[in-house]
Amino acid sequence: MKTSFDRSVLLGVSFFALSMLSACATVKPYQKSKLNDSEMALSSRKVQKFEQSFQLYREGGSGANGGKSGGGCGCN
Amino acid sequence: MRKIYLHVLMLFAGVLGAQGQIKIKPTPSDTTNYQSRKLKIDEINLVSAYYHQNGNNSAVTGGIGTEKLSDFANTIDLQLSKLNKAGNKNTFLFELGVDHYTSASSDKIDPSTISSASMADTRVYPSLNWTHSNEKTGNAFGFTGSFSTEYDYQSLGAGFNVTRLSKDKNTQFDFKLQAFLDTWKVILPIELRSAASLGNGHESRSEGSSPRNSFSASFSLSQVINQKLQAMIIVEPAYQKGLLATKYQRVYFTDGSLRAENLPDQRYKLPIAARLNYFATDQVIIRAYYRYFMDNWGIRAHTAEIEVPVKLTSFISISPFYRYNNQTGTKYFAPYGQHDPSAQYFTSDYDLSTLNSDFYGAGIRLAPPHGVFGWQHLNMLELRYGHYSRSTGLVSNIISLNLKVK
Repeated sequence: MKTSFDRSVLLGVSFFALSMLSACATVKPYQKSKLNDSEMALSSRKVQKFEQSFQLYREGGSGANGGKSGGGCGCN
Repeated sequence: MRKIYLHVLMLFAGVLGAQGQIKIKPTPSDTTNYQSRKLKIDEINLVSAYYHQNGNNSAVTGGIGTEKLSDFANTIDLQLSKLNKAGNKNTFLFELGVDHYTSASSDKIDPSTISSASMADTRVYPSLNWTHSNEKTGNAFGFTGSFSTEYDYQSLGAGFNVTRLSKDKNTQFDFKLQAFLDTWKVILPIELRSAASLGNGHESRSEGSSPRNSFSASFSLSQVINQKLQAMIIVEPAYQKGLLATKYQRVYFTDGSLRAENLPDQRYKLPIAARLNYFATDQVIIRAYYRYFMDNWGIRAHTAEIEVPVKLTSFISISPFYRYNNQTGTKYFAPYGQHDPSAQYFTSDYDLSTLNSDFYGAGIRLAPPHGVFGWQHLNMLELRYGHYSRSTGLVSNIISLNLKVK
């Protein structure tokens, strides 16, 4: 059951990645004023750094959010 | 401890002071395309947070008892850059982090002592990243080295990163490899220590050291979809080997016996995440995030997050956010006194149990053109508060501050 769900997730992600690439329009540098807004940055905010750190220890799942995925501890 | 804080504060104040003394001279018009090649400070960031949690499922005492913990965390990072003769950019990012935490549950490792191993501890973690980038194409590569130390844990880290940008700069691919070689001092609960290891002094509490090594790769693809929408997909497989159990965490069995936590010495993780940022109106932006996580211990998790920054003016925004996490726990978990004595692996750590959690709060961001509070070099201030509650009864609050100096 879990394995088939995991496969579905992987398929869904592949489909999302392909549709992301195919659905896009060519945006020129001078048309990127909104995309270049600091609130539009695709990375996590620096101020979230320690939120992600405690979530890493308080939950079993971690990674793929810009936070660290191993190393160091501070884990009590 | 106070000395460390004072040093970090003085370092930050010193850098600010040095910036404050720089007189801005009018730049003469230059028609030769000459660019300065001196090493210059791009930005300095100070991030501080105070975190406090409470609950009643401490893993140290086998799934019962206080989880009270507080952590005061600080990092300062300094980004410097230099252009070489070919016009390529070398960026150096130095970061120094200092955390000080107190943990009521860790004091139960050896309640007979005044202060046991991790009742209060300080973690210090410096790191340095060097990135070499082509200013014209946007392509880059870099290396990172890091170190982390606290009473019972030391970590050495190394990383390599590559960025490739499409010709139209609308598609970006990032690849990162990371390795952390850690050494963990094995500390058992007082009643499980061998006679030879009993006594006074720190060394007598330890049963020796054990390695814990982590390796991860990160693949991310960012894509501009249109003038208001961009997305990113991230896949980050990770592998850990070594002592993955926390040996001072107790586990109680159905027959009343007690043992130290035991977990497999290998763990494979596969988190897959997607981000979608949309500039909905001139004032409202929608930032969405979703992650699916799976590992070979049987943990499966869904995490969804939405943040809606609202621009009150061009330079002030308020960002309410909500994060939901749902997790199916590991097959090795059971609550206090419910483990089968014949089990090979066992834990009563509620962080690995089936749970769901809510995290919500808001942030405010100030970035006026003439500096925050009229201070030209204080480029940005961001303050953020979040409240976390978990279905296991654990609650926590965190307040974070980011100051950016340019």
